[in-house]
Parts: sequence; structure tokens; C-alpha cells
Amino acid sequence: MIKEIRYLILKDMMLEWKQKYAINGILLYILSTIFLCSLAFEGLLEPDTWNALFWVVLLFAAVNAVSKSFVQEAPGRQLYYYSLARPEAVILAKIIYNILMMLLLSLLFYLIFTLFLGNFVKNPVLFFLAVITGSTGLAALFTMISAIASRTNNNSALMAILGFPVILPLLLLMIKTSRAAIHHMSWEGSGLWLLSMGGLIIIIITLSTLLFPYLWRE
Amino acid sequence: MQLHKHWWKILSILLLTYTVIAGFLIEVPDLPIIRQSIRNLFFHVCMWFTMIILFTVSMVYSIRYLRNFRPSDDAVASEASHTGLLFGFLGLFTGMLWANFTWGKAWTNDPQLNGAAVSMLVYLAYRVLRNSLDEVHKRAKVAAVYNIFAYVILIIFLFILPRMAEGSLHPGKGGDESMTVKGLDDRMRLVFYPAILGWILLGTWILSIRLRIRRIRERLQEH
Repeated sequence: MIKEIRYLILKDMMLEWKQKYAINGILLYILSTIFLCSLAFEGLLEPDTWNALFWVVLLFAAVNAVSKSFVQEAPGRQLYYYSLARPEAVILAKIIYNILMMLLLSLLFYLIFTLFLGNFVKNPVLFFLAVITGSTGLAALFTMISAIASRTNNNSALMAILGFPVILPLLLLMIKTSRAAIHHMSWEGSGLWLLSMGGLIIIIITLSTLLFPYLWRE
Repeated sequence: MQLHKHWWKILSILLLTYTVIAGFLIEVPDLPIIRQSIRNLFFHVCMWFTMIILFTVSMVYSIRYLRNFRPSDDAVASEASHTGLLFGFLGLFTGMLWANFTWGKAWTNDPQLNGAAVSMLVYLAYRVLRNSLDEVHKRAKVAAVYNIFAYVILIIFLFILPRMAEGSLHPGKGGDESMTVKGLDDRMRLVFYPAILGWILLGTWILSIRLRIRRIRERLQEH
């Protein structure tokens, strides 16, 4: 099982490296959205607006980055993977791969964001932790949603419709934690928020592994 | 389901008649701000109970569908979510009337309201997902997976997150106990508990009628 997961992740990485347009597209998307925001919000930015903007743009970047998970390869080749690996391995590999990709993207995103829109964070360690858990959660949840949406003909629109209501609990926790990191130095209460985010992520991954086998078996 | 017996339908009518008559006529404690609008408790709160129960039924039948792939289980899951949405909208409507009277605004950014809005959105998305799939078995399977996935996250959201929020305008959440089950007036309990049962029975009744309509429609299509 672990071997299967490792090979599937490696396969995804090599595929991404071979056809760089996907990851380049996301990077360009991040860059242009942030640039757009920096022009549109010139002089209007307050710490709370900055925080909201950060998560909203990151949310859309995550939707775009993860939505291709199950549609970029031809259905025939998917069938081939399914005959080689267990469905649990397929979904876990995708989740881990997307988490790695989102971690990389969100750190880059954070850098570019602070470059263009300034930095209001008073407790960088807490904010950093919020970004890491937050993007892990986004990646895990949207992987499962993209698996569901890929079964329909209307993948991209359904991603947002199906995903946004379920991402809300995580998003609220992320915004709460990062808001605390922006306003004061103390860690009061934020440990609980980070823990509950971690709990939610574990629940999401467990549910995905339990439910995904029903999705691919046609 | 053994739903073709009649006694529970009669019980539902009796309980709801009692709810409407007693709900508007009994003496209620005259609390500041809330005043006589406290009678909305017999309607608004029961809508949410019924909605959650119907969504739970929908989720349970989705699990049952994934265990043995019987189309009838998928039918129950679909219709229960539909009926749940109906009660959700009624709950939203009665809640907005109440909020407009007591808080001065029909919509506030209250954790309870956000939870309600999110559950509506989840089940509307469930409907969109169903409609976007044509093949019957695929639709049933994909919808069941989303139903279970979304329900679990929704329940976590509804029952855990509001307690973590800074405070709520809803009674019983911000440390104010005057309107929780513990602080409820005895006379009101006499109406409130039967009302809950009555509305839940009504929800089940609507669900069973919807299922029969669906079955008839399917049979008509076959011929």
C-alpha cells in the first residue's frame, strides 16, 4: 500500500514536471490576481481586509490547482492505474501530492502577497502555522470534491458549488487563527483552533479514503 | 418502510392542530424584547429539528445505498433531502420574521444563521450534482458519496463551531440560560414537545407522499 502510494505520487510529480503548463498556469494566476488586488485595493488595505483577501485569493488558487486532479489524464489511463493499485492508494496519493503542491504554492503565495500588499502580521509563527494547516486542509478537501466533480460533465463549475459550502468550517477556523496572528502576539486560544483544524483534516482524509472506492468503480 | 399505516398521520394532524391552537392561545411569559413573538418557538425551532432529522434520514439511506445498491434506497435519500430543504426554507423564513422583530434585522452574521445557510447550500449543491448526472446508477452513487461526505462536515460545523464563536444572538449560546431547554417555562413545554413530534411526523408524511409520487412516475415512464 505504502509502495503503491509512493509510486503514484512520483508518477504525479513526473507528470507535472513533464507538462509544466499546469503549475505555471497556477503561478501566473496567483501573480496576476495579487497584482490586480494590489491595484484595486490601493490605500484601502487594513489588517482585517488584508487577511480576508489573503484567504479568498488562496481559496480560489486552491480550487484551480486541485480541480484538475482527476481530469488531466485520459479515462483509459485512469482505468489502467485502477487495475494496478488499490483505490485507497489512488486517493491517498492524490491527497498527499496535492498537499505537497499546495504547501509549495501557498508559501510562494505568501511571499508574493507580502511583496505586493505589505505585511500586517504580528505573530509570524502562528500565521505561518495557519497557512500550513489551512493549505493542507484546502488540498485534502478539494481533492475529494474534485474526485466527485470529475464524474460529471461540468467539472469546473461543480467544484465551486460542491466545495464552498463544505470548506466553510475550515475557512472560518483559518481566518480566525490568522486574524489572531495579525492582531496580537499572544497564542491564547489559537492552539485549540489549530488542533480543531487538524482534527477536521483527519476526518476529511478518513472520509475520502472510505468513500473514494465507490466513486471509481463504474 | 412500514409507513402505510394511518395512526401516525392522524396523530400528526392532532398534534399540529393542538400546536396551532394552544400555541397562539396559552399564556406565555412576557419577556422583554421577545414579548409575544416567543410563540414562534413552536414553529421556528421545530422546523430545524425536522430538517436535521430528514437530512439524517437522507444520509443513512445514502449509506444503505452504497452497501447494496438498491435504487429504492437512493430514492429515499433524494426525496428526504428535498423535503429537508423545504423545512429548511420554512425555518429560515420563520427565523427571519422573528429576527426582524427582535433584533431589528432579518439577517445577522450569527453562527446559527451561518450554519443554517451552509446546510441549505450543501443540499442545494446536492441537487445540482444529481441534476448534472444522467445515468441513473452513476447519479445514485456519486450523489450518495457527496451526501455522506457533506453531512459529516456539516454536523461538525453545526454542533461544534457555534460553541467556539465569541457569542451568539441566539439564546442559550452566549451563556444566557433563560430560553434553553432548562430555562423553558413549564406551560410552554406542554406545547413545545408535542409540537416537535407533530412537525417531525408531518415531515415523514410529506416524505412518504413524495416517495409514492416518485414511484408512480417511474412506473408511468416504464410503460
